[in-house]
Amino acid sequence: MSLDLTKEEYIQETKDESHISMSQEKILRALESDDVRGHFEGTLDNQLILNMGPQHPATHGVLQLVVSLDGETVVGTIPVLGYLHRGYEKLAENMTFHEFIPHTDRLDYLSPLANNVGYVLAIEKLLKIEATERAQWIRTMCCEMARLASHLVWMGSMAMDVGALTVFLWTFTEREKILDILDILTGVRFTTSYTRIGGLALDMSDECKARLVAFLDQFIPKLENARNLIERNKIFINRCEGVGYISKEDAMSLGLTGPNLRAAGVGNDLRIDDPYLKYRELDFNVPTATESDVLARYYVRVREMYETVKLLRQCLQKLPEGPINTPDAKQVLPDKGEVYSKMEELIHDFMIVNFGNTPEKGVEAYQAIEAAKGELGFYAISDGKGYPFRLKIRSPSFTNLGALPTMMKGAMISDIVAIIGSIDPVMGEADK
Amino acid sequence: MAELLEKIKEKLSEANGFNGVVFTQNINYPMIEVPKERLLEVCTILRDEFQMEQLRDVVSVDRFTKNERFECIYNLYSLTHSTRMFIRVRLESKNPEVDSLWPVWQSSNWTEREAWDMMGIKFINHPDLRRMYMMEEYEYHPLRKDYPLMGLPGAVTLPKK
Repeated sequence: MSLDLTKEEYIQETKDESHISMSQEKILRALESDDVRGHFEGTLDNQLILNMGPQHPATHGVLQLVVSLDGETVVGTIPVLGYLHRGYEKLAENMTFHEFIPHTDRLDYLSPLANNVGYVLAIEKLLKIEATERAQWIRTMCCEMARLASHLVWMGSMAMDVGALTVFLWTFTEREKILDILDILTGVRFTTSYTRIGGLALDMSDECKARLVAFLDQFIPKLENARNLIERNKIFINRCEGVGYISKEDAMSLGLTGPNLRAAGVGNDLRIDDPYLKYRELDFNVPTATESDVLARYYVRVREMYETVKLLRQCLQKLPEGPINTPDAKQVLPDKGEVYSKMEELIHDFMIVNFGNTPEKGVEAYQAIEAAKGELGFYAISDGKGYPFRLKIRSPSFTNLGALPTMMKGAMISDIVAIIGSIDPVMGEADK
Repeated sequence: MAELLEKIKEKLSEANGFNGVVFTQNINYPMIEVPKERLLEVCTILRDEFQMEQLRDVVSVDRFTKNERFECIYNLYSLTHSTRMFIRVRLESKNPEVDSLWPVWQSSNWTEREAWDMMGIKFINHPDLRRMYMMEEYEYHPLRKDYPLMGLPGAVTLPKK
């Protein structure tokens, strides 16, 4: 290709030669920006289009990035989503409220418990019921355990992105212990589907509580070990400090939430600002930073893990005794033992399983929770039938990834993986 | 929060020339129904005077009625007041179009692209209205109510061998 070609001629030539598709052409056109367009004059000016992913180990799933480079510096980035699009919003409109719970596991597959809780809270608002005290406390613990598991995966994989492989193995060992606790609590390690509308699938056993206490007792020293390995490492600091900066104004305007927003100096946390479940009664801090680079996001998440441990200890202390299911026969699935022995319960079970819960016609509800990655919200609209008329999932990874082009501007090629790692995207959630 | 809402009600009242702006209580957060011609103006006022710094989501709804079939629901959040608020615009059934909120919030870029891809709502003056999830060759908008759950056979062109 001659250097004298204009962008237009270049796109035309590539199109003729390689049967470029309409999507690819549009991406190339979107990459055109005025500051690099036109003829290349100096010998060092050289624009290159680099394609990363969707099959790339450092893009955390099937994220494709089309990067425009000037030398080694990133000029423009186009993230391409949709490789994991399964159409969950369409599926939700065609199944009962209960049937959708297992699908929420597959949204943010690193913290399935938090997704279960968020979804069920939204549907309970739609039905105008509330879970019992004990169920709410257990759900709060579920959210925090999910946050811990998710942050541990993030810590390991981000350290691996910038070259520290050992931390990955150490944090995964800790995560495995959480998954063992989830195994006792929910019956499975990974795709939990633990919550039910108006309650929970299973009660928390004493063994589970004891295991959780034992885990929390040994967790902080293990975390300190992992931190010591990277935080005093010159390579790690140099690769993170000052990389992927985003200004506070941009962070707000781009709709960032969660740790990414808090690292930009905005102390917004739905657990405090719009409390749900039992967070009103708990004492914790929201860590923030002002540097707004990769290192700041690292520190915000690491400090959050300490707060999470604090929260879990308080929850264990305050966990009350009592039933886990709301006594609302029309909306809450009855106990299986009663279904097999009592007529009334059998009828209700049949109705809920076959026709679904029935909210009032025309009711709408929105519930957001502070998931590990940011605000996870469900907007549900009912038309009085047993399945939602519309269910919109507001996933944190999706909007956080929208800030990627801004963070990427002016970074080097090798910084790309560090920036993606610091955003902590999960494509199952971003692609829905 | 109630104070802020009162102030917004006062500002967007008919006395100030905002006809057709309705405050509803259908959802567990305040919701403002705005005629689509005034959307950009109302959103600019909300951002500049009432500190609604974030547009967190755009919910597109297909009501499947004869008139005003489509709806856009904007999920706004104020970091200063820790308040959430929704704005609803109703759009016509044929060629639903609404002004893009790109001049007000940058996050509208991706969220509106998603609404265009899934529901086929066109956003005027959007900087980069490509499809979000589906490929560009795809002709349909899958979240519309008249699109079958199992998809349409032959809608996706597969690469030649």
